[in-house]
Amino acid sequence: MPSINSKARALSVILVVCSVWSVLTLAGPARGQMSRKSKAGTAKRADGLTAWQQIYSVLTHPRCINCHTATNYPQQGDDRHRHFANVIRGQEGNGVAGLNCTSCHQQTNADSTGVPGGHKWRLAPLSMRWQDVNDRPLSSGAVCRTVTDRSKNHGLNGPGLLKHHEEEALVLWAWNSGRRPDGTMRTPPPLTHAEFVAATRRWIEVGMPCPQGK
Amino acid sequence: MATYELNVNGQRKQVNVDPSTPLLWVLREELKLTGTKYGCGISACGACTVHVAGIATRSCVVPVSLIGNRSIVTIEGIGKDRVGRAVQDAWVEKDVVQCGYCQSGQIMSACALLKANPKPTDTNIEESMGGNICRCGTYFRIREAIKSASGHLK
Repeated sequence: MPSINSKARALSVILVVCSVWSVLTLAGPARGQMSRKSKAGTAKRADGLTAWQQIYSVLTHPRCINCHTATNYPQQGDDRHRHFANVIRGQEGNGVAGLNCTSCHQQTNADSTGVPGGHKWRLAPLSMRWQDVNDRPLSSGAVCRTVTDRSKNHGLNGPGLLKHHEEEALVLWAWNSGRRPDGTMRTPPPLTHAEFVAATRRWIEVGMPCPQGK
Repeated sequence: MATYELNVNGQRKQVNVDPSTPLLWVLREELKLTGTKYGCGISACGACTVHVAGIATRSCVVPVSLIGNRSIVTIEGIGKDRVGRAVQDAWVEKDVVQCGYCQSGQIMSACALLKANPKPTDTNIEESMGGNICRCGTYFRIREAIKSASGHLK
């Protein structure tokens, strides 16, 4: 006859085996699903961050960032030097009386004189500055957080940002920036406008992820 | 060549010029309004300043084809309105002018400032007049004249 102790041991072994079986058969698939979901989420975020880096390469190109300064003046040229003639920002970002942006910049480029132009030529608001006060571009993460902050970007959500990149006249100008005073063409951003919009769409579709860190 | 109907100092003027011709040369060569001066040709000095739709505009860099139906006021026409008259009187009162070459542009910018801001501070004056260069260095008298004109515009 087996003793009571050996019966208890046998029962314990059975319980442990059942518990392990339960965990493996019930929790296993759920954990696998979560793992697959997590992997898919990570992949999506990575795709989104790749798209954002493409967007960032455009935003920090001189055709764009020259008017997204943190200072009281715009910049000009591929070397992003301070705008000549003592041009300053003014309260509304369009210069001051007597020296407005539109004192020179008209509705379209003036290729015969080399002065660029576009609809309502002006600086971006200070809330959308993409560089520091020493004229150095902000990091990818910092620009991303600024662009996605609706308290800073005029309340634009994802579709609003996409529309802005697709249709805003001064955004479009970057790909139609005309001739310099010496007659040569201004350098366009590193992506075509279609590529820029496609990157924006991909980034928005995965939730507008931003790089971490400063 | 193309024909343009321009509104200059309240008068309709027709010119037949190349569309790329800067407004400055249309004013000076076609319309013989030589009060507006050629200084640098790159909008850096302000000597060519006129008003286009009320905005102080560097006429040396704006092709005539981009003017459209906006009204143009030059130094020859600015004295017809209250602000222009006050500024020109103040310029005489303060004896601003030395060689005079830049002064039509200075007056046009000063008028644009006072029309937008009848009571400018020193900072406002420095910012608004910062794009108008004077080789004779009459800046101090320009500032005093703007303040004087402002006082007369009460």
